[in-house]
Amino acid sequence: MEGVTAPTPTAAASRPMVARPAMGPTVSGANGRLANERIKMDVRDLNFYYGKFQALKNINLQVAEKKVTAFIGPSGCGKSTLLRVFNRMYELYPEQRADGEVNVDGENILTSRQDVALIRAKIGMIFQKPTPFPMSIYDNIAFGVKLFEKLSRSAMDERVEWALRKAALWTEVKDKLAQSGTSLSGGQQQRLCIARGIAVKPEIILLDEPCSALDPISTAKIEELIDELKADYTVAIVTHNLQQAARVSDYTAYMYLGDLVEFGDTDQIFVKPARKETEDYITGRFG
Amino acid sequence: MSTGDHSIKKYDEELEAIRSRVLQMGGLVESQVRTALNAFELADQQLAQQAIDADRQVNELEMDVDQMVNFVIARRQPTAGDLRMITGVAKVITDLERIGDEASKIARAVKWLHEKGDQARLNRIPDIKYSGEAAASMLRRALDAFARMDAVAGASIIKDDLGIDDRFRAVLRQLITFMMEDPRTISASLDCVWVAKAIERIGDHAKNVAEHVIFISQGWDARHRSLEDIERAVARA
Repeated sequence: MEGVTAPTPTAAASRPMVARPAMGPTVSGANGRLANERIKMDVRDLNFYYGKFQALKNINLQVAEKKVTAFIGPSGCGKSTLLRVFNRMYELYPEQRADGEVNVDGENILTSRQDVALIRAKIGMIFQKPTPFPMSIYDNIAFGVKLFEKLSRSAMDERVEWALRKAALWTEVKDKLAQSGTSLSGGQQQRLCIARGIAVKPEIILLDEPCSALDPISTAKIEELIDELKADYTVAIVTHNLQQAARVSDYTAYMYLGDLVEFGDTDQIFVKPARKETEDYITGRFG
Repeated sequence: MSTGDHSIKKYDEELEAIRSRVLQMGGLVESQVRTALNAFELADQQLAQQAIDADRQVNELEMDVDQMVNFVIARRQPTAGDLRMITGVAKVITDLERIGDEASKIARAVKWLHEKGDQARLNRIPDIKYSGEAAASMLRRALDAFARMDAVAGASIIKDDLGIDDRFRAVLRQLITFMMEDPRTISASLDCVWVAKAIERIGDHAKNVAEHVIFISQGWDARHRSLEDIERAVARA
C-alpha cells in the first residue's frame, strides 16, 4: 500500500524543524489517511470485541513506514488493544475477536494464513514491564533467533552483538553476556527486550508503554533509541506520557472509548489540534 | 482555545494569574501612552515626567510575567491552547514593554521641546494628535481583543495600522514643509519627527499584539501575511 494519496495531514518527511500550523483552521481529523508517506500498515474498518464488549470501533488509520506513530488516550480507550491486534496477540484468548483489515505491505494479517509466529517475528512487541527470560543476556537474544534461523556460532555472536548495539546496550553488557538477563537494571532489561525484539529482524516494532516502569535517565535512553530505530523500522508506541508522545513521534493518534478521535502530524496535534476533545485531553482538561 | 478547567486546579490559577498580570501591564502601558500624548498636546512637563516614571513599573511587570511564564513551562509543559497562550503572552509582553519605551520617548521629546521653548509651534500639526489618538485606540482595542481572545477584533486592528502608517507619512511631509519654510524650526521639527515615529511604532506594536491574539485563539501565524489573507482566514475559522 505504498503512496496512498490522501486529502489531509501534512507530510512529516518534508516538514521544517518545527511545523508551522497551516493558515486558518486545520482540516485534519479522524479519517486516518496520510499524504506523501510510504504506508507500512493500513488499518481499515477495524472492530474489536472482548466477548460482547466492543473495544475498538471502526478504526481507520495508516502507519507510515520508518516513522514513529504514537497512540495516546485515557486508560481503557483501546490503544493497547489496538497494538495487540497489530500482531494478533489477542488470538491467545478465545473470546476475543477482530474484524476489518490490518494490511501490512498489502496483506491483511487478520485473515492471513501465515504462521502467527512469523507475523509476530515481523511485527515485534515490547511490553510495559521488562520481561527478560530467566537465562543469560546472550541467550535472551539468541533464543528468538534460533526459532527462525539456523546460524553458525560466529554468525549468532554477530547477531547478538548487532542487536545489543542497536538497542544501545552493548557497551554496558559486552563483558557480562553470560550473566542472567534478570541481573540488569530495569532500564537495561527493557533495552535487552528491545534487543531481543530486534534480533529477529522485524519490520514493525510495537511498544506498549515501554518507559512507564523506568526512571528519567533510562527513559531518555529508550527515547533516543526509538529515534534511532526509526531509521530502519516502523515504530508504533502506546504511551500515557503525553510529552513522550510529543518528543518521539511523527504522527499521533488520540483515542477515546474505542474511537479514533483525531490522527495527524504530531506537531500539529500538540500545537493546534483539530478537535476540542483532543485539546481537552492533551491540555489536562479531561474530567 | 479550551474554556474548561484543568484537572489540576493550580494550573488554572497559574494561567489566570498570568492573564490578569498581562492585562494589568496593558492597562498601565495604555495609561502611560495617554499621559505622554497629553503631555505633548498640552506641553505639560509634569505629565511628561509621569509618563517617564511609569516606565519602570512597566519594565518590572514584564520581568514578573516572564518569570511566571518560565515557571508554567517548567512545571506544566503546556500544550495546544495553553502552549499558544504561554508563548503568545511572552511575545505580547515584549510588545507592551516596547510600547512603554515609545511612550517614554514621546515624553522625553516634550521635555526637549520645552527646553528649546518651541512647544507652541507644534500644535499646528493636528495629524500628530490624530495619529496619537488612533494609536492609543488601537492599543486599547488590542488589549480588549487579548482579554476576550477575539481574533476578528484582532484582524480589524491589523487593518487600522495601515491608517496610522499613512498618517505618519503625512506628518513627515508637513514637518519637511515647516523646515523648508523656516530653518529655525528644524531642531523642534526633528523632535516632532521622533514623536510621530514613536506613535507609528506604538501602532506597529499594537498590531503585533493583535497578531499574537489571532495565534493564541486560532493557532495559525498571522505575521507577515497580507491583510486580505488574514481577514479571509479569520472569517473561515
